[in-house]
Amino acid sequence: MMLDDFMLRALLAGMMVAAAAGPLGCFVIWRRMAYFGDATAHAAILGVALALTFSISIFVGTLATALMMAVLVSTLAGRGWAMDTTLGVLAHSALALGLVAVSFLPRVRVDLTAYLFGDILTVSWSELWVIGGGAAAVLLLILWRWSGLLTATISEELAQSSGIRPDLERLALTLALALTVAASLRVVGALLIAAMLIVPAAAARVYARSPEGMAMLAVLFGWIAVVAGLGMSLQLDTPAGPSIVTAAAAIFTLSVGGAGLWRALRPRG
Amino acid sequence: MSAPLIRMTGVSVAYGGTPPVLHGIDFVLEPGEIVTIVGPNGSGKSTFLKAALGMVAPAAGRVVRARGLRVGYVPQRLHLDPSLPLTVARFLTLGQALDRAEMEALLRRVGVPGLAGRNMATLSGGQFQRVLLARALAARPQLLALDEPTQGLDQPGIAAFYRLIEDVRQELGCAVLLVSHDLHVVMSASDRVLCLNGHICCQGTPSAVSAAPEYRALFGLGTGGALALYRHEHDHGHEHAGHATAHEVHSHDA
Repeated sequence: MMLDDFMLRALLAGMMVAAAAGPLGCFVIWRRMAYFGDATAHAAILGVALALTFSISIFVGTLATALMMAVLVSTLAGRGWAMDTTLGVLAHSALALGLVAVSFLPRVRVDLTAYLFGDILTVSWSELWVIGGGAAAVLLLILWRWSGLLTATISEELAQSSGIRPDLERLALTLALALTVAASLRVVGALLIAAMLIVPAAAARVYARSPEGMAMLAVLFGWIAVVAGLGMSLQLDTPAGPSIVTAAAAIFTLSVGGAGLWRALRPRG
Repeated sequence: MSAPLIRMTGVSVAYGGTPPVLHGIDFVLEPGEIVTIVGPNGSGKSTFLKAALGMVAPAAGRVVRARGLRVGYVPQRLHLDPSLPLTVARFLTLGQALDRAEMEALLRRVGVPGLAGRNMATLSGGQFQRVLLARALAARPQLLALDEPTQGLDQPGIAAFYRLIEDVRQELGCAVLLVSHDLHVVMSASDRVLCLNGHICCQGTPSAVSAAPEYRALFGLGTGGALALYRHEHDHGHEHAGHATAHEVHSHDA
């Protein structure tokens, strides 16, 4: 079977996003930032509206709003607001505000679905470069700071005693998160970006024996989800982004179920 | 030759815009010295330790540490998220290079041999604290700093842990800076006890009075009769060569 050109681009885009989302998703899980990822991703719709209004690149627009959201969340949380309340208010407000802002755009007819759920099958080569650049930046950032990030995740005090600054590591993660959101908006859409971060990493937790192993397994599961999801989309004519997340959810279910079965059937020692 | 490891002069520490947690701290830690910091909750004990180690910046005053000071830090009991798969071996090699043999030797030294392959989340409280200690010892520290290391341990566990620290200190000859939430659990080997309540209330040598039977009855034999009277030193402890006179513990509440 010949791979059509658009299919090749979709595969590449999906796999690059999954490669960045795997390790980042592990940190999101370890540091209990799942909802934080959601809020940042939802802010991206507002970024789309702003980018179209001011005719700047959508990547830059979403990156900027995602970063602003991340900083806002950190500031409010630092002032003693309960984290889940803060995120609940901000995530949904950002999404609603973004949807309202988009509706004000005069002549441009925006295909909102493409930004809410992604439109990976129409990714152009130039967009692919942007996605690849964003994903590579996230991967490099995480690899560069891996040891410090991991130490600060385990214990901020232990990190400080080794001369690591937890606030800088937090900043690095925030930046990586905003970059990932901007890079994956076209792939899975604002509503499902958090799923690409969390679901493969959660599935990887079942088998992982080390942090590094979990990150690599999360990437592998992400890749399988992209291939399977795109295949499903092609065969059944389902929307590509949600199909990829559905495939990831299936992997998670098989992972957890399989591990439970293994424990139940394993001969007792 | 024997320059102090840490010298704090007029140090205050404040978080945000709140009143200072610590103020007016003058403190000198000599090489090989064992100092225990006690005080009620919220008295700034942990902050004292963090300021001494440079983990928090002072709002006022100066903290000078010896050049290239090697510190082994044992934090308060940490809570590992169960979603993080972490073996003891990986934890020990986090941010430092250790080979298999060194790792085994460390674990044997702290009394938990053969744990290298275990997941941190499955360790008991005592094992966990010993692994934290092993990590702190890896760099052969000149200063071992421990922040309430026995939280969550039972009485025999606490006693065993303090005996282990004493043994290790004798081998390494390192200084020890220990924070204890419990006013009564003070190592018998302490050269000096610092009583903290926002400032240094009093300091001095723990007394041999710990041998008194009523104290033993109260606190058990576990810590080797490691109880102390707090003695006040008028010159705030640059020499603590035994001219400390017994005083009542001052409590100046703001």
